[in-house]
Amino acid sequence: MQVKTIIKSTLLACLLFTSANAMQELVRGNGAEPATLDPTLGEGIPGSNIMRDLYETLMTEDKEGNVILGQASSYTISDDKKVYTFKIRENAKWSNGDPVTAHDFEYSFKRGVDPKVAARYSWYFKILGIKNGAAILEGKKPVSSLGVKALDDKTLEINLHSPIPYFLMGISHVTTAPVPKKIIERYGKNWTKPANIVTNGAYKLQEWVVNEKIVLTKNDMYYDKAKVQIDKVTFVPIPEQSTELNRYKAGDVDYTDELPKSKYQSLLKSIPNEVKVLGRVGTYYYYLNMKKKPFDDVRVRKALSYAVNRDIITKKVLGTGEKPAYTFVPNIVSGYTAPVPEYATWTQKERNAKALSLMKELGYSKENPLKFEILYNTSEQHKRVALAIASMWKTSLKGSVVVSLKNQEWKTYLEEKKSGNYQVARAGWIGDYNEASTMLDLLTVGHSSNSSFYENPQYDKLMNIARSTTDDIKRNKLYADVDSIVARDMPIIPIYQYSQARLVKSYVGGYPKVNPLGAIYTKHLYIKK
Amino acid sequence: MNPLFSKEKKLLQFIIKRVLIAIPTLLVLITISFVLVHSAPGSPFTDDRNISPAIMKNIEAKYHLDKPLYVQYVYYLKDVVTWDFGPSFKYKDFSINDLVNESFSVSLKIGFWAFLFAVLAGMACGIVAALNQNTKIDYAVMSFAMVGVAIPNFVLGPILVVVFAIYFKVLPAGGWNGGGLEYLILPVFAMSFRYIASIARIMRASMIEVLNSNFIRTAKAKGMGKTYIIFHHALRPSILPVVSYMGPAFVGIITGSVVIETIFGLPGIGQLFVNGALNRDYNMVLTLTIIVGGLMILFNTIVDILYVVIDPKIKY
Repeated sequence: MQVKTIIKSTLLACLLFTSANAMQELVRGNGAEPATLDPTLGEGIPGSNIMRDLYETLMTEDKEGNVILGQASSYTISDDKKVYTFKIRENAKWSNGDPVTAHDFEYSFKRGVDPKVAARYSWYFKILGIKNGAAILEGKKPVSSLGVKALDDKTLEINLHSPIPYFLMGISHVTTAPVPKKIIERYGKNWTKPANIVTNGAYKLQEWVVNEKIVLTKNDMYYDKAKVQIDKVTFVPIPEQSTELNRYKAGDVDYTDELPKSKYQSLLKSIPNEVKVLGRVGTYYYYLNMKKKPFDDVRVRKALSYAVNRDIITKKVLGTGEKPAYTFVPNIVSGYTAPVPEYATWTQKERNAKALSLMKELGYSKENPLKFEILYNTSEQHKRVALAIASMWKTSLKGSVVVSLKNQEWKTYLEEKKSGNYQVARAGWIGDYNEASTMLDLLTVGHSSNSSFYENPQYDKLMNIARSTTDDIKRNKLYADVDSIVARDMPIIPIYQYSQARLVKSYVGGYPKVNPLGAIYTKHLYIKK
Repeated sequence: MNPLFSKEKKLLQFIIKRVLIAIPTLLVLITISFVLVHSAPGSPFTDDRNISPAIMKNIEAKYHLDKPLYVQYVYYLKDVVTWDFGPSFKYKDFSINDLVNESFSVSLKIGFWAFLFAVLAGMACGIVAALNQNTKIDYAVMSFAMVGVAIPNFVLGPILVVVFAIYFKVLPAGGWNGGGLEYLILPVFAMSFRYIASIARIMRASMIEVLNSNFIRTAKAKGMGKTYIIFHHALRPSILPVVSYMGPAFVGIITGSVVIETIFGLPGIGQLFVNGALNRDYNMVLTLTIIVGGLMILFNTIVDILYVVIDPKIKY
């Protein structure tokens, strides 16, 4: 009897053991083919999704997007907040077993600002405020003068030209990941090929078929590998949302990049547990070209903004967890409380009445209407929003505006917007880091995305003060003041705050409830047994 | 002179002439596409992020985009002659040659099977319909062909996926995996469907015409069997219109269908082409234009030669 029990329990233990060790595999829909897997040269969301798994930065994020220690085991900040000293983890290793050193970071930061390397995201190093970064990018100082220095193998010192409150957050962005100098020098442009690449994140690259898939497997050299549960993750570029949905339904994909908005309600009914919606640091808005008359008049801008019924846009036109926006910075930004501008407290009826009276004051009427065009980049969703807004303007302003729609392909649209060859243009901005300045910077003078051509010295001055205010509460209050200026001057019409809706199979665990930047690391996910 | 020898010589002359004409045609094609892609608004590096002019200058210098257009044109001609098209502006980890080689082999594989299937099935349908002209069989086959021509593949593809991948779960909804049979079936069918239909219609029409001609009547009068007449006398002349359709159809099929590739997630050449244009990946667009143009010329030449081989009435 006892022998039997022993055999039984041994068998059971074996069974449990094998099932516990079953390969965990995940297939992630990933939108488009990444431009590169070289983090310094990286650009775009599809690439970042993969590179966050491949590389680890000094600071990294937990599953909800809070900044935590990554390759650094500790850091100190000088009293003037201008010198950061990082200790690199003793057990941080590249996937080939080499130790990750402070020199690797120094090399990658310097590569990022090197004009010869010409990285698309090199502007990112500029906003991090690293000493001499901007001058190097403009060719005024040598690359060697960058304020990043390896004091020894495991100590990295970074000097800033002024205190940057979001610095730690900023260096959790994959652009600042270390890259392996030896490998890059040996293989040149081919260093990111599966046969050559060496990475320091939770995963390593196994296979790469352009426009089909990118397969990563668990990196056994990763210091925290015990906590990594998914053994193999495949990223599939699927640009069409409906195609992605079909492949999800067929079971080819466990996790979609997006979902078709038109299917959202029916999916909520059929598979409610698999629909996941996250708020995002990002705002959808319309630029008003202040270089063109009559958009230089704040009353026109206000009238148009007031007459947009944001509740209808978010609930009826979109309806996938978006929130109405009355300010530029979304509320989800960490530590930030958006101001409530006066017009946000009015009812839509009151807003429409105010808008109409402003238009009358300006002399516009059905007989003498304001005629203009809304420019948007070709997409079904932008078209729906533009149609809705155009009809809101038409009805609530009682025919005093006549709006037409104009769509253009992405790059043409960008050129038109940049050169100011438009009147009203659709735009959206997804934050690069979880701080109000990632949005507010756009409306400062000289920013290439200040397509309203808004110039307000007070705005820029407040932004400068805020940026160097190290006290979090004070700084966020200043940002709120700046955000109030947006509501007062209305250089843009904030419409809604972005959300990220996707499908995740019910057997995939670890998907967060909050993650403002939408940075989902595969190492935080697992397959439920 | 041996008449047979002179015939071969003539054929060779014909081919050489065609190739010589192809060179200036290609050059014109290259020049026009070069001007067109460069005149499209925006550059490969147009972006909505805050790229300062200094950074933009660095990037442009790296890819010779700071040089005058005619210098870039000369650079490009050099690339064409050496058959090394340089780096992709968008997919930075790959050269254009790498990308095109890999995706071309995928497109070729799907295209070959789709083409073979389309020709065989299309001809069979056409023959069956022609032989049963104005009967129920004819109507059934031809309405199938009508449907085939009418249904766009962006409708057919998802329907196939829903039926075979989602409902019955017998085939994968997409992916390539090196081109395994189960990954080929749906895209090959979706791709060939409308060609089957077109070929069937062409085949039927020309077969009916041939079957009504005098020499067939003579053959019938001589008491030859139906099958013999069809395969020995009717098939060859009635295939001619199909052959002339095959050239462009083959190029169309192997240069990829963006729609099919996107629906089934295939890493073929169509996606590269469209993304190349959208991303202003100049070299990618130009390279693919040259390849597609070159293939078009090649297959039209082959079709012309086949014509001569099939129909002795045609002279060079």
